[in-house]
Amino acid sequence: MYLEELRLADFRSYGSLSLNLTPGVTVFVGANGQGKTNIVEAVGYLATLRSHRTAVESPLIREGASRARIRGVVVDDGRTTSVDVDIIPGQANNAWINGVRVRRVREILGICKAVVFSPEDLKLVRGDPASRREYLDDLLVSLRPRYAAIRSEYERTVHQRNAYLKETLKRPHRLDPSHLDVWDQQLCRAAEALLKARLSLTSSLAPLVEQAYAAVAGHHSVVRLEYRSSVPEALTTQEPEAAYLAAIHRLREAELARGITLVGPHRDDLDIFLDDRPARMYASHGEAWSLALALRLAAYEMFRRDGTRPILVLDDVLAELDSGRRQALTETIDEAEQVLLTTAVDEDLPKATRFLVRAGEVRRVD
Amino acid sequence: MYEGVVQDLIDELGKLPGIGPKSAQRIAFHLLGVDADQVRRLAEVLLQVKERVRFCTVCGNVAEADRCRICTDPRRDASVLCVVEEPKDVIAIERTREFHGRYHVLGGAISPIDGIGPEDLRIRELLQRLADGAVKELIIATDPNLEGEATATYLARIVAPLGVRVTRLASGLPVGGDLEYADEVTLGRALEGRRALDV
Repeated sequence: MYLEELRLADFRSYGSLSLNLTPGVTVFVGANGQGKTNIVEAVGYLATLRSHRTAVESPLIREGASRARIRGVVVDDGRTTSVDVDIIPGQANNAWINGVRVRRVREILGICKAVVFSPEDLKLVRGDPASRREYLDDLLVSLRPRYAAIRSEYERTVHQRNAYLKETLKRPHRLDPSHLDVWDQQLCRAAEALLKARLSLTSSLAPLVEQAYAAVAGHHSVVRLEYRSSVPEALTTQEPEAAYLAAIHRLREAELARGITLVGPHRDDLDIFLDDRPARMYASHGEAWSLALALRLAAYEMFRRDGTRPILVLDDVLAELDSGRRQALTETIDEAEQVLLTTAVDEDLPKATRFLVRAGEVRRVD
Repeated sequence: MYEGVVQDLIDELGKLPGIGPKSAQRIAFHLLGVDADQVRRLAEVLLQVKERVRFCTVCGNVAEADRCRICTDPRRDASVLCVVEEPKDVIAIERTREFHGRYHVLGGAISPIDGIGPEDLRIRELLQRLADGAVKELIIATDPNLEGEATATYLARIVAPLGVRVTRLASGLPVGGDLEYADEVTLGRALEGRRALDV
């Protein structure tokens, strides 16, 4: 698939930007801070409804504007579809497919599929568990859009339950066990759905990450992905919901004392082992980079096995790579129908379309 | 900005739910263009609604007397009670003309984020209504979202000891719609709640 058109209105530094794009490699060249990344960030947003740079949405809106709009025209297997999304901080966002307003924004997921490589990916290996959970969940949602509902239902349930626990922390005498039971039940049901999805994704992903690592690092190492649950019993049972419920009852006192939900997939992690040592602590800078790349390449391969060729976005990563690692990416670059690449130093990429990005002005150069 | 009272009108209209600045302006100029009688009638109704309308002491629906029309109607089946979140849900179910029981309006759904707990809903009143054993079935018709489901589960739990039959509205596919356009959550729910075809 490829993007034929990308339009931004009041998105980041762009008041208004309209780009006509083509299949193949497109390079956005410009010094730092000129607005290259903002362009590919918008593509990532269309694909995941999240930014790869920020968890809150207000920085996406241009200063002084009240909302941002991203419009993409996607061509997939000869079929053209347009998607529009309005990002309105503090309010529900709006979206349109082929000009028709959709009831829920997440209905646009799956129309524009993209895998984004960025310098922030190092966090996948070195960062806190939240980055790895996000990696899994974002991939789940792009592969199977219905997981967006499972994910957001789970997140909202945790939010509601935490609000109740905080309330009882302030006023313990008002604790209503039947009320808490209700949220326990909702939480455990939603937790099971999310856990099962993540586990199944992890097992299909693991061999792909190992393969990709060998290609990137240039030698074979044993790479193991291990899903770690805050409730280990949930991983070995046919009925995780019951395991979660038991854990909740066990941790009741602690939850009431702290006013937060201590049980569930929002406390899990994806442990990465490199030659049997936890990569988070032991991987060198080079190994960590190779692992991060391998995780993204494996994600790309998941789409391939699913029968789609997603848009490949390389945000400022080429310069970071030595020639060996770059070589491993080249195969994927050749394979992808469309590659959108940002760089500060112009790369020697034959047959690439070039855009010069300077102070928020984007100009095609031939 | 318009002068004086015109801007005041636009500002007031703009405070209403679902009305943005553009709609507010359109309504304001519409009102300027119509007969004074029509505007007077609107103003009177607005005042009357505040003065006359109360909430039914039995079911919590909007009423013009101490009890609403449905609660005082003897033809209504007193053995079936339908629990809804808001008065507008009563209207929605009434439109089906399929339901002949009575209602109980909770006044919202459980949502700790918004500071709404069971004690803020008309649940105590519901339990009082159920106490004499006249109600045989309780139909829970809260919204099919997270908060509505939590409220339904809560009610089912606390009503269980009373021996009343508790049912929940089915959720699933819209009639007259296309299967392929149903979102996957709805479709999943519909599969879960499938039933045997009677031949």
